[in-house]
Amino acid sequence: MSFARRFFASPPAVFGFAVFLVVVAIALAAPFLFARGPLSIVGMPLLPPGSPGLLAGSDVIGRDMAVGLAYGARISLLVGIASTCCAVGIGLLLGATAGYYGGWLDDLLMRVTEFFQIIPTFVLLMVLVAFLQPSLGSAVIGIALITWPQVARVVRGQFLSLRSREFVEAARVIGMGDVRIIVTQILPNALPPIVVVSSMMVGNAILTESALSFLGLGDPNLMSWGSMIGGSRVAMWVAWWTTVLPGLCIVITVLALNFIGDGLNDALNPRRRG
Amino acid sequence: MKLGYIAMRLVKTVLITVAVVLLSFFLIRMVPGDAATVMAGQAGYADEAYMKGLRAEYGLDQPLPVQLWRYVEKVAQGDLGTSYVRRQPVVSVILERLPNTLLLNAFALLVAAAGGIWLGSVAARRPGSAGDSAVTVLAMLFYAVPQFWLGMMMVLVFAVWFHLLPPFGIETMGSDLTGLARLGDVAQHMILPGVTLALYFLASYARLTRTAMIDVADQDFVKTARAKGLTERQVSRRHILRNALIPLVTYAGLQASLLVGGSVLVENVFSWPGIGTLAFQAVWSRDNPLLLGIFIVTAILVSLFNLITDIAYSLVDPRVELGR
Repeated sequence: MSFARRFFASPPAVFGFAVFLVVVAIALAAPFLFARGPLSIVGMPLLPPGSPGLLAGSDVIGRDMAVGLAYGARISLLVGIASTCCAVGIGLLLGATAGYYGGWLDDLLMRVTEFFQIIPTFVLLMVLVAFLQPSLGSAVIGIALITWPQVARVVRGQFLSLRSREFVEAARVIGMGDVRIIVTQILPNALPPIVVVSSMMVGNAILTESALSFLGLGDPNLMSWGSMIGGSRVAMWVAWWTTVLPGLCIVITVLALNFIGDGLNDALNPRRRG
Repeated sequence: MKLGYIAMRLVKTVLITVAVVLLSFFLIRMVPGDAATVMAGQAGYADEAYMKGLRAEYGLDQPLPVQLWRYVEKVAQGDLGTSYVRRQPVVSVILERLPNTLLLNAFALLVAAAGGIWLGSVAARRPGSAGDSAVTVLAMLFYAVPQFWLGMMMVLVFAVWFHLLPPFGIETMGSDLTGLARLGDVAQHMILPGVTLALYFLASYARLTRTAMIDVADQDFVKTARAKGLTERQVSRRHILRNALIPLVTYAGLQASLLVGGSVLVENVFSWPGIGTLAFQAVWSRDNPLLLGIFIVTAILVSLFNLITDIAYSLVDPRVELGR
């Protein structure tokens, strides 16, 4: 069976993929779906969902919740995907070098990844973002800086086991340089687990971004699901929807991404299920 | 040699601490402007001479290596600087709040371990059953739920809608309860934040216990135990569970850093007066020394906790020798 057919044979993976496409579509279409931006005030505060013209109600200061939720998807996806890309870039570079060459470089890298496993990375992230000033960019950089060791570990392990295989030896015998061997011979074979780890990281990055925004460490000029929840704390007692709806958006999106990750894992490692 | 392993582990902990301090120094340098700019900003006035005086007073005009050495010296003496806003030593501000955070985290860890091991062993008894699948689904769900939002949902359900438990704080405000009554009051306040913090880890422990038990159940000594004629209950409790619990010890150590991160968020949702709420206040009042101090203290505590779990693991598991 081909990879795609194996992936789409799993119901959770199909469900995850469909939900993810919907979220992406809403994020892309947000400026066309709504005439006004997420920060503009449209009516009385705390109107319940289903009020005239307000599908998801209004928030503490009378902004349209539906607009906020749609624009929030943009921030979550952007930060989730951008920070994962950065983390994968750093992780690939360092993990491949360490796994391929071994020696002191490898030792050093392993100590660094262990260090990141032990220290409370969320507190470090708070320090990073607060010191750099809260913005979209600092969230992306901060999340990438605390997550790249996860990628590096996986990449290093793959390279370590692949570097002494026959096809690599053969490439070396015909005179290929190190960089070419790494990129054209080992990397394609090392990709499956890297893809799986990255897909799981996007969901985690979305959770982390929402936590930052909840604490007020998000970009103050942007509407995100986390900042909507943070802003709803004063209203939660009388207007449940201000808290419940953005939270559900996060749960559904992250769940969809995790289903995709599981589906990729099963489809890429057909022998190793479970 | 167990002693060799423990000594090596101690050295590693010291190295981690040194790395944390070095990292902190570079984090300080990352902030645009220096401490003198911040202090001048707070004083509300500054001219060239004043700034120069400040820089000389705090050693900011020295070369970088000298500054680094002085910083390490200060931290080694337990001096993490002065909180800009509270005008108190950072260490004493943190130590004042630390017991509340430790209490909450210990409670959450207990709930997570007890609940997770129980759920995991139930699931492992009949792999593939409805109960087993339920544990897996629950775990998937908890991995996707933001902890702070889960906490707010708990408040909504158990405090706002059903009035069962107090929604925030560590004790009833304005009450002069003493002794046991006060203890009960604190315990009541601890349930919602503690369970919120625990649920994510409970799900992980359940999954880990399940996998470990299924692995152990396949090993020869379990077959021997069955062949000896022990009841299924005895086999499951004494032979399978006991051995399956060994990896959980290490796991608890590895999860400690996540626990602390979760605690920052959960404390803020429930206004629990620990270092998590302190970190939030530090962010809002731009109290950089305090925020950085919280990072240093939590990092050192977590690495100590890791040291303890690793040593405990080496004592429980006879297979651990020097090295890996």
